[in-house]
Amino acid sequence: MIAYLIRRILYAIPILIGVNVLTFSLFFVVNTTDDMARMQLGMKRVTPEAIEKWKQQHGYDRPLLFNEHEAGIKKISDTIFFQKSIRMFMFDFGSSNDGRDIAREIQARMLPSLAIALPTFIVGLLIYITFALLMTLFRATALDVMGVSLCVLLMSVSGLFYIIGGQFVVSKLWHWVPISGYASGVDGIKFILLPVLIGVMGSVGSSSRWYRTIFLEEAGKDYVRTARAKGLSELRVLFGHVLKNAMIPILTGVVVVIPLLFMGSLLTESFFGIPGLGSYTIDAINAQDFGVVRAMVFLGSVLYIAGLVLTDISYTMVDPRVRL
Amino acid sequence: MNGMPIILWTDAMIYLLLAVIAVATLWIRKRPYLLLPWQRVMKSSVGMVSLLLLSLFVLVGLLDTVHYRAALPEKSNGQTVYSPEVLSLLDVLAKDIKSRNEKTYSAPLAAHLYAKESVEMPNGGVGRDYPRLKYGGAHLANPQRELFNDVLSRALSGAMAGVLIATLLAASWTALLYALRRLSVDRAGGMSTPPVTGRQPFLALLITTVLLGMLFGMVFNLATAYHVLGTDKVGQDVLYLALKSIRTGLVIGTVTTLVMLPFALFFGIAAGYLRGWVDDVIQYIYTVLSSIPSVLLIAATVLIMQVYIEAHPEWFSTSAERADLRLLFLCLILGVTSWTGLCRLLRGETLKLRELEYIQAAQAFGVSSARILTRHIMPNVMHIVLIAMVMDFSGLVLAEAVLSYVGVGVDPTTMSFGTLINSARMEMGREPMVWWTLAAAFGFMLVLVLTANLFADAIRDAFDPRLNRT
Repeated sequence: MIAYLIRRILYAIPILIGVNVLTFSLFFVVNTTDDMARMQLGMKRVTPEAIEKWKQQHGYDRPLLFNEHEAGIKKISDTIFFQKSIRMFMFDFGSSNDGRDIAREIQARMLPSLAIALPTFIVGLLIYITFALLMTLFRATALDVMGVSLCVLLMSVSGLFYIIGGQFVVSKLWHWVPISGYASGVDGIKFILLPVLIGVMGSVGSSSRWYRTIFLEEAGKDYVRTARAKGLSELRVLFGHVLKNAMIPILTGVVVVIPLLFMGSLLTESFFGIPGLGSYTIDAINAQDFGVVRAMVFLGSVLYIAGLVLTDISYTMVDPRVRL
Repeated sequence: MNGMPIILWTDAMIYLLLAVIAVATLWIRKRPYLLLPWQRVMKSSVGMVSLLLLSLFVLVGLLDTVHYRAALPEKSNGQTVYSPEVLSLLDVLAKDIKSRNEKTYSAPLAAHLYAKESVEMPNGGVGRDYPRLKYGGAHLANPQRELFNDVLSRALSGAMAGVLIATLLAASWTALLYALRRLSVDRAGGMSTPPVTGRQPFLALLITTVLLGMLFGMVFNLATAYHVLGTDKVGQDVLYLALKSIRTGLVIGTVTTLVMLPFALFFGIAAGYLRGWVDDVIQYIYTVLSSIPSVLLIAATVLIMQVYIEAHPEWFSTSAERADLRLLFLCLILGVTSWTGLCRLLRGETLKLRELEYIQAAQAFGVSSARILTRHIMPNVMHIVLIAMVMDFSGLVLAEAVLSYVGVGVDPTTMSFGTLINSARMEMGREPMVWWTLAAAFGFMLVLVLTANLFADAIRDAFDPRLNRT
């Protein structure tokens, strides 16, 4: 297990380097830092001095890869690549355009993101699996057909519709919860309810349908027939056999997103005014704050790789055949 | 009317796509084993009805793809100057609803503006009232009394005409099919095939055609005198905006797949077949790409692209070209970020295929790798490619709306469901509420995505070899 973990973490390093090089070439090679500065300062009538000043303020006034004006180790370290990309491995993301430390900002915003994403994830999982199990129980009946049709209909509706419609009906017409906002602690529950509900609604169609396919595949296997032949009730078969054996494909899709929950949801957070990482990213995109976007890309891939490792570990828990 | 035909980048991609489809159709027609799954699609009612609806969307999209720049009235020096505005055939056909701009919001089928303004009263004074629309219901003398009856009679007569035309169309179509079948039966020497009318999708198709005829008749007839879906903030007809959005959705859904297909196909098959270091490199590339959350990667790339386009204004002679290039870039970016899933599937399938006897036999005969890949492996993974293509389509249409909302989607001047929703979002907070723009955008999107999903299911059912059928 330990050896496996070490191997996985070592394996993650080249991937993160790849991500790093990719973002570096995206942000600094496709466009010069001059273009970036001009974009920030407004396209028209920007003096070269202003560009230089902006670059100096934000630390972009270095050469890209190799600094020939410096001596020794500084030849490498005093470059944009080292300062802006390599330092991300230490989770040192530098500062955003308005001068705030990105790493600290990320720390502060993780919790609100998690406050929305975690309940959405758990409630969603429970509902999707229940719904899918019900459809499997009533498979090949009119109920199943209706359930699948409902799923297809729900997954054809734009996620924006759920948000806009939900805000309108629940908050504006019924006045059940505030339209948007956030507070920590118990006060925050009323702000969280609607985003969670909408988050769950948003993927109820596609997820339930996906779980149903998994369950149906398991339900067609021989051991299920044997279990039925032994006289087990359909419910026992479903929960005791089908659900347990379907855990591997379910975990494959589910565990990998757990670390990404920290990243929050771009849409939900910006619509509901939740000060999490999702809205942080959206604000950065709208303000064209490249430093923040770069940091989020890097953070996202770190979390994704963590998710892959977690997935493998979770296999050992549900499947005794898997040993790491 | 004089005009200079213009082929924008996405137009070229669409024509390319059409050419690919045409070649594929000709290829498949001659080969019964390839035709078999398609015949299964044709036997499914849901599949055929959704195909009919989809082809209507495609028709609108294609009409909107034939672009030109109209010639301006000649100047004294005899040189023809072309208008900077790029028009499409759809603009010509929908000229009426395009040009009938009101002042600001008006509700669907209304005769008055949606906001009170200072108007001159009959008695000479100035008061606050809802002014009459310039075009919507302008023929009515007394809208309060006549509006309802006029709308009803127009809707009814339109629906009736529509049903009539649809029935005639369906009847002539059936007759044609029947005649063709008779012809082929005669040629085959009296081999009897079941008559067309006996098939199940036929009835479903017939009903759909008649219902669609009714709907279109109603809308057409009403659109001659009203704004069927109301007007937006600057008085543009929402129906026109929604129709224009269709092309953007289709382009995003299809061109993206067209872009990513070569990558996924080439890399996936190469990795699976060649293995060794090729496999390692390709796996490394797609692990890196897929480890970045896709929205972030798309956002980052689109931001960079925006800067790049801003820095090179000399590339574009019209704003339409600029918006179009942005659309194409968006497709490219979506394609580059989304090929990894298909690539992984294809790699897995190829790994499985290369161990089969017929591949080993080919290897034993000394057939070259390139030939094995193109002749033996590629045809046997095509069903995966097709299923992935149709399954991705609806997701991409939905993604466009989200991306445009986030601010990394299409150019703000491009009409799309995303920009439509984005501009209408704030109107929900208005008192009284303006709901029709959102309703139109979401409605059109729902129908498009739903039919695409249903069609994708029909395709998958027909092509997936894992589903056992009798």
